[in-house]
Amino acid sequence: MLAESLALSALLFTIGVVGVLTRRNAIILFMCVELMLNAVNLSFVALSKVHGVGGQVFVIFVMTVAAAEAAVGLAIIIAIFRHRQSVNLEDINLLKG
Amino acid sequence: MSNEFVPLFYGFNFYLFGLIAIASALLFVTRKSPVAAAMWLVNVMFCLAALYVMLDAQFIGAIQVIVYAGAIMVVFLFVVMLLNLGHAGAVSDLRGNAGRLAAGFVGLAMLAEVMVLARTKFPDAMTLKAVHGLGPVDGTAGVIGPIAGPLFNEYLLAFELTSMLLLTAIVGAVVIGKKRNPDAR
Amino acid sequence: MQTEPLATGHPLADTIARFAWLIPVFPLVGFVLNGLLSLRAAGHPGPADPSAGGHGHDGHHRGTGGTGDGHADHGHDDGHHAARHPAAALVSLIGPGVLALSFAMTLAILYQVWVVDNALREPYVLTLFSWMPAGKLSVDAAFQIDQLSLVMMSIVTGIGTLIHIFSVGYMQDDPGYPRYFAYLNLFIFFMLLLVMGSSYPLMFVGWEGVGLCSYLLIGFWFSDKANADAGKKAFIVNRIGDFGFLVAMFLMFANFGTLTFAGVGEAAMGAQLGGALVTAICLFLFLGATGKSAQIPLFVWLPDAMAGPTPVSALIHAATMVTAGVYLIARSAVLFSMAPVAQLTVAVVGALTAVFAATIGLKQWDIKKVLAYSTVSQLGYMFVGVGVGAYSAGVFHLMTHAFFKALLFLGSGSVIYAMHKAYHATHSHEDAQDMRNMGGLRKHMPVTFVLMWIATLSIAGIPPFSGFFSKDEILASVFARTHGSTLAEAHWLGIPGSVVLYGVYVLGLAAALMTAIYMTRMMLYTFHGPNRTGEKEAAHLKEAPWIMTGPLVVLGVLSAVGGFVNMPALYAGEYSEQLHAWLEPVLAEGTGITLGEEGLHLSHATEWTLIAIAIAIAAIGIAIAWTRLKPEALVAAKDAKAEEGIEKTLLHKWYVDEAYDKTVVKPTLGISRTLLWKGIDTGIIDGLLVNGSALVVRAVGWAGSQLQSGRVGTYAWVLLIGVLSVLSAFSFR
Repeated sequence: MLAESLALSALLFTIGVVGVLTRRNAIILFMCVELMLNAVNLSFVALSKVHGVGGQVFVIFVMTVAAAEAAVGLAIIIAIFRHRQSVNLEDINLLKG
Repeated sequence: MSNEFVPLFYGFNFYLFGLIAIASALLFVTRKSPVAAAMWLVNVMFCLAALYVMLDAQFIGAIQVIVYAGAIMVVFLFVVMLLNLGHAGAVSDLRGNAGRLAAGFVGLAMLAEVMVLARTKFPDAMTLKAVHGLGPVDGTAGVIGPIAGPLFNEYLLAFELTSMLLLTAIVGAVVIGKKRNPDAR
Repeated sequence: MQTEPLATGHPLADTIARFAWLIPVFPLVGFVLNGLLSLRAAGHPGPADPSAGGHGHDGHHRGTGGTGDGHADHGHDDGHHAARHPAAALVSLIGPGVLALSFAMTLAILYQVWVVDNALREPYVLTLFSWMPAGKLSVDAAFQIDQLSLVMMSIVTGIGTLIHIFSVGYMQDDPGYPRYFAYLNLFIFFMLLLVMGSSYPLMFVGWEGVGLCSYLLIGFWFSDKANADAGKKAFIVNRIGDFGFLVAMFLMFANFGTLTFAGVGEAAMGAQLGGALVTAICLFLFLGATGKSAQIPLFVWLPDAMAGPTPVSALIHAATMVTAGVYLIARSAVLFSMAPVAQLTVAVVGALTAVFAATIGLKQWDIKKVLAYSTVSQLGYMFVGVGVGAYSAGVFHLMTHAFFKALLFLGSGSVIYAMHKAYHATHSHEDAQDMRNMGGLRKHMPVTFVLMWIATLSIAGIPPFSGFFSKDEILASVFARTHGSTLAEAHWLGIPGSVVLYGVYVLGLAAALMTAIYMTRMMLYTFHGPNRTGEKEAAHLKEAPWIMTGPLVVLGVLSAVGGFVNMPALYAGEYSEQLHAWLEPVLAEGTGITLGEEGLHLSHATEWTLIAIAIAIAAIGIAIAWTRLKPEALVAAKDAKAEEGIEKTLLHKWYVDEAYDKTVVKPTLGISRTLLWKGIDTGIIDGLLVNGSALVVRAVGWAGSQLQSGRVGTYAWVLLIGVLSVLSAFSFR
């Protein structure tokens, strides 16, 4: 099942990438990032069957980072929404110094 | 159940959940409403949890459901509700045709490259060495023990660092999300 | 990575010894319970309120530069007796109770080891869990049960139990009663960690823990600034020693790759005799020992530590914690035996400390100060013992000293308790610790009087009391090593080792003489002659309650007969050197290196001569004090004249504190203020590094921001195209 899992992982990751590129809604963008992280997790788990349990340990770290990222990211979105009344990326150019 | 039937049943379920995951993921990126998109993403995560269990990672499967589907996605939905974005806007947030085409091209290119890379033999200097003492999961030594062992021994430093990261994220989220007092400036 | 318990198949593995971890756990539980109880208010303002009578019996004690006279602030008032804590009864049960459990457990294991004695050649290491696995360094939380640690555990829990029981009476009226027992239990926990740990890091945890408890208990009556300062002084001086301990551990790990006692001992056996590395490690370890065990140059904190309650002085600053340095060296026996120069350093420093502290003890008026300097002096003796490689003699003296010095301190506590009660009854504000205010107490406190004399004869070295045997063995060991040992052949600062050892022997005799003098002086002034307490007060002087005299009696018996466990082979026949034989599996290797394969034997005539000299010295000392000092001529502290000349110098402890203040403390403060704070911190760190790097970041950031459009979508595209190009660089390589 290793090859299938890795293929599925690559496919899901690509779908996530396409999502990031095509959507403008910041929240959905974040969800796409989560999908990409999930795809990576899948390959970690699949490879852990061959290379040792370290892969599963890494999945835990990835999840922790994802949780931290979601918390901070959503907080930023809320802050931006208060400021601009929008979560559309086209309306957001705060990064310009 | 006969012995021959088990691999067949296993394979069937594996492909079933894999296909559902792909279909849900495609639906997820194409939904206009953020709520609908989020629900499809939750579906993807459940499928992945099932796959984890089939890959002998029962513990990861469990926390996939609890942490990802249960906690992180709820936070997403919560924010969507909080900002009252549940309805699809009059104007789609999807980019125009040119954007979609370019995105599809980039996606395909990436898929192709990942597939190629999966078959590439990397030079030794670029591959991660297996950590000493970690054997493959055999599924007989319990579910949590084999993960908890390395997590609290070899990866103890990393583990402590993630706790620092979470703490930082909590503080950051509170500071960023806090409503500014207009008089404060 | 998990280490298998070393002890599988060990003869102790299936016995009660496998529950040895309970021994430190009992006091820890006691600490938690008492600590919780202490959170309950005393129904009375705590010691933070100076008007509340928070000071105990010796809470008025002066810290630095104390002359022992002129104390004014007796912090008691009529509300004192109302201060008893509501949970006192429960605390009285928990505090000594947990200790008694530990002691019983220790005795059970001791018995077990006795039974399997012949089999216990290897220490029993009880591994609990892997504590610090980090790279090559792996430290287990493991206890080591062997003959040496059992002796220490018995002393700590046994004497600890007695002193806990004594404290029930001594501290009963103190509003901080549960807090006191919480600290005391915590101290025992850390002390047990110190003596039971199987590796230097674990020992260090205990080492620091007892330092913390010592600090907390010295400053127990912290509302008096002098007490709090004394606590801080002990803490800071000990830090200097800890630095040495840490460096020694770093050196061990860097060169031996292990930090367990067994591993280091093995590695040291393979090292070069007298090599620079072993010598350096030993000297750094000894620096640690001088801090904890109050040796020159770091002894200054111990006399000030008498600011704490008297049972604390007995337990921590006489019987157990301060002997940790001796234990450390005995534990590192092989290491030290491989470094004769370091051994000679230990012996010389020990001998000098013994004499130096004894001279100061000759002229102190405060009864606890006399005992404090006596402790410093006796610790010097122990270091002479372990310094010349007579590790079992050092441990023997540690044991007998624990008996008689605990007895002396508790006895003085009993005296102070009586004095305090008497002054309290008459609302007098005289000093309850000044010997000039005592005198003639034998009529009022006969039990304490007799027991104190037993301890005094013991410490002075009069046979058959315990101190005679241990002191004699140390001096005989020094004498025996002047020829034929590795020490005699080594050179210390260019002086031949045998000459150094003769010097150490003479210094030891001098210290013994002065010990006899100042102890007799203390007894004369306290218990003999006319009473100087005051006429009204004398009527109130009476013996302490049984809960305080009971432990005193037990210690008195131990002080009297404790020496019989290790009598010389010269006259004791088959009952000789039992402690030596008991400790032999642990210490023989180290002693063997110093003495060579056959060992050293003095002729019988020489041994008898040495014994005769030792007894004569002690007897002369007592005789000098008895005939030359006239307690009748003393006047009470408030009428006393100031001392002159050499007496003043001794009373002010050779002005060591003042000298340290001028040479170390003031310059350090000066450098800290001008150079470190204003120069480096404000100027370089804040100015150049913090603000400077911020400036650089801002400049680079400004340059970078010129490239940015501010659209996240665009960035995502750029990012992914970048990823694509990196991936393709790999794919189409």
